[in-house]
Amino acid sequence: MDTSRRIILKATMAASTLAVAAGANLLTPSSVLAAWPEKAFKATKIDEAMNAITGAGRPTPSGDITVDAPDIAENGAVVSVKVITTLPKVESISIYVPVNAFPLSGSYILSNQMETTITGRIKMAKTADILAVVKSNGKLYSAKKAVKVTLGGCGG
Amino acid sequence: MARKMKIRAWDNGKNTSIKAIIFHPMETGLRKDKATGKKIPGHYITEVKCEHNGKNILTCLWGPGISKNPFLSFNFNGAKKGDSVNITWVDNKGTTGGSSAKIS
Repeated sequence: MDTSRRIILKATMAASTLAVAAGANLLTPSSVLAAWPEKAFKATKIDEAMNAITGAGRPTPSGDITVDAPDIAENGAVVSVKVITTLPKVESISIYVPVNAFPLSGSYILSNQMETTITGRIKMAKTADILAVVKSNGKLYSAKKAVKVTLGGCGG
Repeated sequence: MARKMKIRAWDNGKNTSIKAIIFHPMETGLRKDKATGKKIPGHYITEVKCEHNGKNILTCLWGPGISKNPFLSFNFNGAKKGDSVNITWVDNKGTTGGSSAKIS
């Protein structure tokens, strides 16, 4: 009787560890998930988010990046953004909205097959600049676009 | 749970264009349920992988700041008509989805 009790205990312990691991996103389909930078997306300040996603370096403004977004967005929940860059050897494109609760919207890691243009839709809490950061040839460059938001899109 | 997505891939004469939309609530975790006053838990896509003939071309790392029913559009080189493009995603709850298309 004692041994079976041990076995049951062991089994429950193993199961609970597994549950914790799953809860912490440790057990995820390996084919899909590599390393989602949770720290970057949970950061509430843009500096923290940048540190977590591209390191300590700060981008320098560049005329070779265009952030194409509407001047006025009626609905902040859906703001269409297009980032176009002519910079060489683009490794990643990250989009930030500094006024959002979580400033990092998304980060795109491009292979060398990619044309260096990304289109997507992001949320904006209020009127702000959209900041695009491009990592090109190991260096960081940025560009901004001011968007006036008439209705915030992050709830609350 | 919505797991549907739409994907279009076509030869635009110069290279290949992809347009994809994933039907997903993209809940930020900040919104409150008006009826109960409780916060609605976050539910959003964290990672999207785009592959051409099994080779990764684009990885998107997303957070709650991406709009509901996310839309993604891009062009890439080195593909021909009939090649397959596969897009898979995973969200913060571990739900996965995906779809593939032949370049037309």
